[in-house]
Amino acid sequence: MKTYGKFAVLIVVIVGALVWLAAGGISETKTYYKTVAELNQMGQAALSKRLRVAGDVEQGSIRRAGTEVRFILCQEKMRLPVVYTGSEPLPDTFRDGAQALADGKMSSDGVFQAARIQAKCASKYEAKPGARPGEIVVPLNKAGT
Amino acid sequence: MENLGALAVLLAFCLAAYAALGSIVGGWRRKPFLVHSAERAVYAIFFLVTLASAILVQALMAGDYRLAYVAAHSNRTMPLLYKFAAWWGGQEGSLLFWNWLLAGYAVVVVYTNRRKHRGMMPYVTATLMITQCFFLILNAFIVSPFQVLAVGRGITAVADGNGLNPLLQYWAMAIHPPALYLGFVGFTVPFAFAVGSLVTRQPGDAWIHTTRRWSLVAWLFQSCGVLLGAGWAYAVLGWGGYWGWDPVENASLLPWLTATAYLHSVMMQEKKGMMKVWNMVLIAATFLLCIFGTFMTRSGLVSSVHSFAQSPIGRWFAGFLILSTAAAIYLILDRLDYLKTEARLESVLSRESSFMFNNLILLASCFAVLWGTLFPVISEAVTGEKISVGPPFFNRINIPIGLFLLLLTGVGPLFAWRRTSLDSLRRNFLWPALGAVVLAAGLLAAGVRHPYALMSFGLCLFVAWTIAAEFYKGSRAISARTGRNLIMAAVELTHRNTRRYGGYLVHMGVVFMFIGFTGAAFNKDTTVEVKVGDAIKLGRYELKVQAVNEGENENYSWHNARVEVFKGGAARGALAPERRLYKASRQGTSEVAIRRGIQEDLYLNFAGMSDDNQRAVIQAYVFPLVTWIWIGFVVLVFGSLICLVPSKVRMQAARPPVVKVTREYATVEK
Repeated sequence: MKTYGKFAVLIVVIVGALVWLAAGGISETKTYYKTVAELNQMGQAALSKRLRVAGDVEQGSIRRAGTEVRFILCQEKMRLPVVYTGSEPLPDTFRDGAQALADGKMSSDGVFQAARIQAKCASKYEAKPGARPGEIVVPLNKAGT
Repeated sequence: MENLGALAVLLAFCLAAYAALGSIVGGWRRKPFLVHSAERAVYAIFFLVTLASAILVQALMAGDYRLAYVAAHSNRTMPLLYKFAAWWGGQEGSLLFWNWLLAGYAVVVVYTNRRKHRGMMPYVTATLMITQCFFLILNAFIVSPFQVLAVGRGITAVADGNGLNPLLQYWAMAIHPPALYLGFVGFTVPFAFAVGSLVTRQPGDAWIHTTRRWSLVAWLFQSCGVLLGAGWAYAVLGWGGYWGWDPVENASLLPWLTATAYLHSVMMQEKKGMMKVWNMVLIAATFLLCIFGTFMTRSGLVSSVHSFAQSPIGRWFAGFLILSTAAAIYLILDRLDYLKTEARLESVLSRESSFMFNNLILLASCFAVLWGTLFPVISEAVTGEKISVGPPFFNRINIPIGLFLLLLTGVGPLFAWRRTSLDSLRRNFLWPALGAVVLAAGLLAAGVRHPYALMSFGLCLFVAWTIAAEFYKGSRAISARTGRNLIMAAVELTHRNTRRYGGYLVHMGVVFMFIGFTGAAFNKDTTVEVKVGDAIKLGRYELKVQAVNEGENENYSWHNARVEVFKGGAARGALAPERRLYKASRQGTSEVAIRRGIQEDLYLNFAGMSDDNQRAVIQAYVFPLVTWIWIGFVVLVFGSLICLVPSKVRMQAARPPVVKVTREYATVEK
């Protein structure tokens, strides 16, 4: 049983170290998903957390200035100004009307500082005139792997 | 034609249900004719699914825009290759592709085993066919690839299709999904044999011997799939990396991790009769993770940069996963008696223990990746708040795991079975270990301060040295006996025991990849807005912008920049990163320009024009050592192919085979 004891100790050490690393990793990088509305309600609490906000890119709101990109995320009536200063290029799907996810932090001036942007493009084919809902079955713009 | 296609899928589904039922009843009541007819149904299913696929591919190629799938994933101006690749470019088609591969695999299994494993085969067929049934249900009833566009009462065609997602219009992307799917689907076969072996209470390792090559081939395809995906991300996505811990990437990595663990731990069962339960668990886990991976990429369970739409098939996948997990757990628990281990672990420094730690650590990595990927789902269920974790989490846990695995790669194969003597440790590891320490110290002196990078480079040298030493020792012995030169002797050596030396080559490939991964610690990048005549400085590079052009063709419009590259003052040619806007899908893509080299890659991305349309936004990166990842990949594929070649010398199993397991106590008469 002495050998098994050694194994047990080794396994506990390895698993323990990994759990410790994982716990640290989680608390360091956890990001809260919020909607624009929820974010507005959070007030001061929003300033300290990493956040991920989803919404649609408002038509015509994208402004590029240098390496900085400003735009407005909207969800129904709520609007959120966002500034992106990350080093990664914006995804190709990011454009007017796209659904976008912004990762980052809220700054005290009410502008969301995004470090990362993900985007899904809206469908090209909306319901065509004259068709009843559900009649056009066109699955669109799904990137498949 | 689309009606014929839909009918073929429907018929295939009926036959799959029949084949599954028929083989179970036939195996259980011992009715050979039923088993045979079920096996014939397997051939028929392959024919039908091939027909359906051919109809879809024909529609894609010819541009039959009455079909919703064709309209969404193809267009007139797309090159023929991508029209074909659109087969697996979208959800419906890729599920049909899954079906086609599985049906093909099932045919091969049934045909090659038509005179072997007769007791177990009905259940193997049944397992394959139940899986097939599930995927055919999706194709026949939930997401049919043959749906037509309808307005009002009539079928209409759109003038032109949406086109395959431009990001997917890249050569590696045309073969990445098939490779990955060949791997994903391939693991159904070893799993089916494992189930067959459990159901029929096989005492021995027949299922492992039969499926060794299968598993290896499936693993090879999976490795290709994962790495081609990484290569695609690097060359196409333009965010300057090959791995972003995206849920979809993770989905492809998860079964690869358990499969790698499985490939190692089956050796324990073959050689020592240990870890039988564990192997069953691993193969079941691999199969389930393959299904789960398909599920995750297809259901929008976790939001991903690959941006899949929410779709109705999620619930079906969840149901199938739960049922198969329950069935696998039940079978393994019920048959525990037949899976008793024949040997025990004797020492911490032994081959057995290195395999065990290899498994532990691979599984830990798999679990961590799974946990991190599903964290938003789990946290929402537990706390009601959706919380995600980012790439730093994955890196933080997987880098130490990777380094530990690298260490095991070096020491494991040289540990003796049962226990290793100190003397052999010294003989095998003294010089490589010294070499590693000297290298790390040298790099430290040269100004490398990154602790993980130092460890990784040291370990890479250590492992490469031990592998080279193994080849050298073996070849020298052969060369001394036969008088051949060392290279011919090394070939002979490899041929004598392909599994062992092929395995070493795979390990060598892994070492090369780690060299490439480690390069990431020294990445440099900069983003600048430039106009013609400006220069960008990055590390030792100076980049001069010569021209910014624009234009268009029938498929897309483009902007590009011509950038002259100088390294340390010497001209090194020009690069032309480009930005395209595809007309059909109104989607932009970046065509990055990469100057690849053994030491480092220079990577330029044309991110777009500035707001006033006067200056180009250029992102420049230097990625040291990235090329080693692709070199390692080639070596890994080569090594795996060698493992598949039969050895010249038959290796004898060192243990008596188990012929039967009884529940009674044996009485030995004197």
